[in-house]
Amino acid sequence: MAVCVAVIAKENYPLYIRSVPSQSELKFHYTVHTSLDVVEEKISTAGKAMAEQRELYLGLLYPTEDYKVYGYVTNSKVKFVIVVDSSNTSLRDNEIRSMFRKLHNSFTDVMCNPFYNPGDPIQSRAFDSMVSAMMVQSS
Amino acid sequence: MEPHEEKPIIYTMENKPIVTCAGDQTLFTALYSMLAQQLPREPMEWRRSYGRAPKMIHLEANFVQFKEELLPKEGNKALLTFPFLHIYWTDCCDTETYKATVKEDMQRWQNVLRLHGSTDWLIVVVESDGKKKNKTNILPRTSIMDKIRNDFCNKQSDRCVALSDPLRDSSRSQESWNSFLTKLRTLLLMSFTKNLGRFEDDMRTLREKRTEPGWSFCDYFMVQEELAFVFEMLQQYEDALVQYDELDALFTQYVLNFGAGDGANWLGSFCQPVRSWNGLLLRRPIDMEKRELIQRGEASLLDLRSYLFSRQCTLLIFLQRPWEVTQRALELLHNCVQELRLLEVSVLQGALDCWVFLSCLEVLHRIEGCCDRSQLEANFSHTVGLWTYATEKLKSLGYMCGLVSENGPNSEELNRTVDLLAGLGAERPETVNSLQSPYKKLKEALSSVEAFEKHYLELSHAALEMYRAIGRLRSARLVGKSLAEFYMRKGDPQTAQTFLLDSLKSYTAEGWSLPVTHTRKQIAQCQKQLQQTEDYLQTSALLASDANLTDEERKHYCQEILTFANQASEDKDQRMALSMSAFAQLRELRFRPATATVHVGASLQLELRLCGLMPVPVRLEQLAASVHFTLEQPGARPGLAGSQRRPGVSPDGTVTFPATSPSYGSPQSSAAPALELYEMQDRSPSDNALNSTGVVCKNVHLLLRGNDSTSSLDTPSASASALTMEDGAQMLKTNDVTLLPGNNSIVFTAPSMKPGTYTLRQLCATVGRVQFVLPHIYPIVQYDVYSQEPQLTIEPFTESLLAGLPQRVKFTIVTGHYTVKKGDALQLSNSPSMPILHSSSCSARILSSTGELVGESALSIQASEKVTSISLPVTPPYHTLEFQLEVLCHIPSSSVRAESERLTNGEIRHRPKSRTRYNSGMASIDQKVSIDCPWSIYSILISLTFYTPFRAKHSLLSAGKRKYIQVCLQNVSDTNFRLANQTLVECQPTPSLELLSLNAKAHQLVYSKQCMYSLWEMKWSSELPPCLQCVFAASFSPAEAPDSALKPYSYEFQLERVSTLYSMKAEIQPAVGEQQCRAGTLCRLEVSITRLTEPSESEREDEEATESESLRTTKLMYEVVDNSSNWAVCGKSSGLVSMPVAAMATHKVQMEVMPLFAGKLPFPSIKVFKYLPHSALPMTQPDTDSCLENDNLSLLDKGLEDQADTASIRSRGSIHSLGSGEQQQPRGVPMPRLEPFSPGQVFNCSLARQVLVLPSTDDHVLEINVT
Repeated sequence: MAVCVAVIAKENYPLYIRSVPSQSELKFHYTVHTSLDVVEEKISTAGKAMAEQRELYLGLLYPTEDYKVYGYVTNSKVKFVIVVDSSNTSLRDNEIRSMFRKLHNSFTDVMCNPFYNPGDPIQSRAFDSMVSAMMVQSS
Repeated sequence: MEPHEEKPIIYTMENKPIVTCAGDQTLFTALYSMLAQQLPREPMEWRRSYGRAPKMIHLEANFVQFKEELLPKEGNKALLTFPFLHIYWTDCCDTETYKATVKEDMQRWQNVLRLHGSTDWLIVVVESDGKKKNKTNILPRTSIMDKIRNDFCNKQSDRCVALSDPLRDSSRSQESWNSFLTKLRTLLLMSFTKNLGRFEDDMRTLREKRTEPGWSFCDYFMVQEELAFVFEMLQQYEDALVQYDELDALFTQYVLNFGAGDGANWLGSFCQPVRSWNGLLLRRPIDMEKRELIQRGEASLLDLRSYLFSRQCTLLIFLQRPWEVTQRALELLHNCVQELRLLEVSVLQGALDCWVFLSCLEVLHRIEGCCDRSQLEANFSHTVGLWTYATEKLKSLGYMCGLVSENGPNSEELNRTVDLLAGLGAERPETVNSLQSPYKKLKEALSSVEAFEKHYLELSHAALEMYRAIGRLRSARLVGKSLAEFYMRKGDPQTAQTFLLDSLKSYTAEGWSLPVTHTRKQIAQCQKQLQQTEDYLQTSALLASDANLTDEERKHYCQEILTFANQASEDKDQRMALSMSAFAQLRELRFRPATATVHVGASLQLELRLCGLMPVPVRLEQLAASVHFTLEQPGARPGLAGSQRRPGVSPDGTVTFPATSPSYGSPQSSAAPALELYEMQDRSPSDNALNSTGVVCKNVHLLLRGNDSTSSLDTPSASASALTMEDGAQMLKTNDVTLLPGNNSIVFTAPSMKPGTYTLRQLCATVGRVQFVLPHIYPIVQYDVYSQEPQLTIEPFTESLLAGLPQRVKFTIVTGHYTVKKGDALQLSNSPSMPILHSSSCSARILSSTGELVGESALSIQASEKVTSISLPVTPPYHTLEFQLEVLCHIPSSSVRAESERLTNGEIRHRPKSRTRYNSGMASIDQKVSIDCPWSIYSILISLTFYTPFRAKHSLLSAGKRKYIQVCLQNVSDTNFRLANQTLVECQPTPSLELLSLNAKAHQLVYSKQCMYSLWEMKWSSELPPCLQCVFAASFSPAEAPDSALKPYSYEFQLERVSTLYSMKAEIQPAVGEQQCRAGTLCRLEVSITRLTEPSESEREDEEATESESLRTTKLMYEVVDNSSNWAVCGKSSGLVSMPVAAMATHKVQMEVMPLFAGKLPFPSIKVFKYLPHSALPMTQPDTDSCLENDNLSLLDKGLEDQADTASIRSRGSIHSLGSGEQQQPRGVPMPRLEPFSPGQVFNCSLARQVLVLPSTDDHVLEINVT
């Protein structure tokens, strides 16, 4: 489903970023990095309204001709970004949400690992395979 | 206004629902303006079917003359032209006329309506007073109304309305107007509801048929749009928009289904190749051309989408939602591109780019047209997407048409341009006259390289500025990067670089490694073109060490550096200083020796672990570290310098440097330095006592500025200019080192000529003309070179020194800067209490400063009467000389005499501390030794502490008149000893006294922490002296060494008042008539005290006896106490007795006691005290505390758990209070006092006796009183 999945630290550096190998990795890095602008915008506007009950899912950050970029932010301000191919029209909002939920769960597992140092790049194999599963489903 | 003759033109804004008017046209014409004005004045609530929310609606109507043609034919679904209400106007007021003409006319009108199935009609009867007056045969108004109602309105009486005096300005006419208008509105709405409902039903039916083969989307489109038009006509834009959105969704779904393989036939017409890409047209409310195309089924996908969007846009703007337009526009454009791809519509390359570009600009123009500047600025976030999209598209067109290359377009590219321009068609009439139309822009941009550049830059900068304005800096930088690429293609690396550096800063700050690498590569290209050699080399170094690049790329950049480095330069001094961080990383620094402290002249090695980041081995001509030297502080104590731990240095002498990646990695590790905390202790300078302690953060300045990301993240290229090699006086250097990729170990020998602190400041690697400089080494790396004074210490060889036995002590001489020459000797002043025992096999070890054994040589010790001289072997400076000597400390004969001073050199000092060692209870003796050293003119005084291995206790035991002395010798040391020859002698022998040993003759072992008891019986013939001075002596030696000589141990003590004065006997007898004592029954306790001896001389003198008449008596106080709660003493438990001072005088006391338990009960204890009458001066303080406390305790116990004789308790209580009162008396006030006998003076015959107590016969009635 996804063509790129990224986890970005609170301080906006990538903790994990993976994209489908068929396309230029660099392009996705740029795309995800740029999407942080919108994420920040959404957080700052939503955050003021109700910091407590803020919805974690940020929705479509911005569409491009080829991709749709969706965002999600955890309560600890870790951002998840999923890039989906625009031609994949069968994908509904609910499916994107469930993908984020899965990602969040897996991320929580990573954080629970006592050997993982928060702030380090994620190298968990379980996380990686979960992301792979997410990306495989598309093709 | 004249009623319309022909078919109304559909031009949305002017459309109103049609209402036909029949009957008296002149009458209506007179009322028309009033009516048209009044009708929309008040809103009406429109209740709707299908649960749609009711709405307030202002009704308007287009009144036209009734014609039969206006009525819709069967099957005509047109709604816009549908007459919703038919009104018949008449002002007839006399029956004649009515019957003659009007009724007939109405009949005809009704028939036509009925024929067309229209039930929405209304008859208006206008009355005017003026008209009535003229005619005489006028029927009342009501009658004509009634007639009409009778004739036409069967059951719908509301279909006939009267309007009275409409043109007059009276309250009556106003009232009638109002009711008429209300009626009119209601009927109109009813008609809407009914007719629209029917229409919607039909429409739905049509939609349901969409799976049938002949169904056409275009036909359906027209039907639903009709509905949308009506809603728009009613100004229900929201509802109108819904219709279009539904159509949009329906179409989208068909396209998606087509993609999924489920193609509908009608979709074929939309798949025709795109021939025209002239963009959206949003300036007309309805684009009739496109609408007709759709109506004819000839529209292409882009036509349909464009038309739909233009309608949606119009409605959204009516709804004041321009920002939704921009958002929908972006979605539409993306969607169209995707749909064309999905439907595999053939499109000329670049045509879509043109279409998108034109559409973006068209939308932006439309929005700009309806918003003012401030509104636009506040909503950049909505428009910037379109700007960027347009920019991208123009860029790709530019690349496609060869407008970006330096040489201009080639012929193929020119052909392509011509084709693209052809597809644009002619400019639309709306924009022909405007100078800035999207059409003109695109045409111009594609016409020449210069024009393209102008337009492209204009757009890019607009997007860039907007992004900046709304704070989307990352997006702005991405646009900047794209601009940079453009500038690079245009051959303007200077401008490109500024954009790239800006982007790079943001990527580095946020730690995005791939973008960093990519941007850096572009920068390198710019810098190379600009011939900024230093910057280029610095960037190359970073790229060469960048793990994101392939090996080939890295090698290429590395080679660039090396090539430059090896170029022969005309001026040798001109060296290029680059930051080392990209070239190699300092990982670890290790000192050998690990303490990083050496004495002057010693060798100190520094091992550097450098991690080479270059992809190939690099030969370094020189690797140098500059060192800063600070002179040793004169006040610094040499001893402390070595032991002080340096911050950051681990115990094995390693300084580890935080790993920072030069080009990427999480910005945290490089930006925010780790917290460095140190313990701080403030000691008073005089006695080294701790004043305060705390924790200090040493890098606060770094931590606090950490948040300012721009300053902390100085890119290496930016700071490269600041890299200058310090001209340090001292340098650590190694030449010709090859730095391999990965870890390298390089060893330096550090200079140590002068004492002081050496700080490593910089590191510099030289490769040809290039120097890689590490400007700061952090954490601070220092080593100390010290010069030390010679020092002598004497320590016990074992854990502690035992007195009385030969003990080994270790002499340690740290030579420091002093060289021990031949003939140097230590002079120890001898002391009688601690002789130095010299053995022949005494040798000294010489150790180097690192603890290695250097040599060993024999010591020669010469002792004279006063001094012992130890001649030292020759020892080089900064070495340690160690040897051992045996000393013996005599045990002081008794603890009493331990007070005497024991100083070897005769000086009078404070008395040696006779301390008791914690936990072990060993008495200690401090022994001072005064030593003269060859390096100093002053004597050194060293104190040694010896511990006495034994502790002795004595006690006097009695058996009637016979006396025994027991000595307990406790071994308090950890060693086992062999004891022999225990003797006990008097200091001044009394001839009549004999001490008879009852001890074993053989050697005895006393284990550690155990005691040995010795016993002597005293036998005497004549009277004993009141005081006996005895000396206990024994010999001992360690048990492990049986051969060693026995050492003496002695213990002096004194005994007083040895002989037995009184004997005391207690007897318990059962109650009368009982054989045995029983629990709970009173028994008799008889205490008899007997004086055993004649009063002695001393007693006569010091004892205060009461001479009453002829008989001399002393007063004794007895007390019966039972501490174990076995007995309850009834009645007086204590009392005074007067004893005659004569041998065998006996006094008996009887009292009653009650055993509380059955069994063998021990006797209650009986105490006897001397009772001193108040006249006697207090000599000694009687020790009543313990007894009283015990009493107290037992009292409590009894009170709680036992049946107790209250009397007894009271009496005890009185004793208690007496005792305490006595204590509270100030000294000197004459009060009677108690004085205990010394042990042995009173002999208790019944000590430890027991009596058998049988259980009580009636235990169950035992009463328990608790007081």
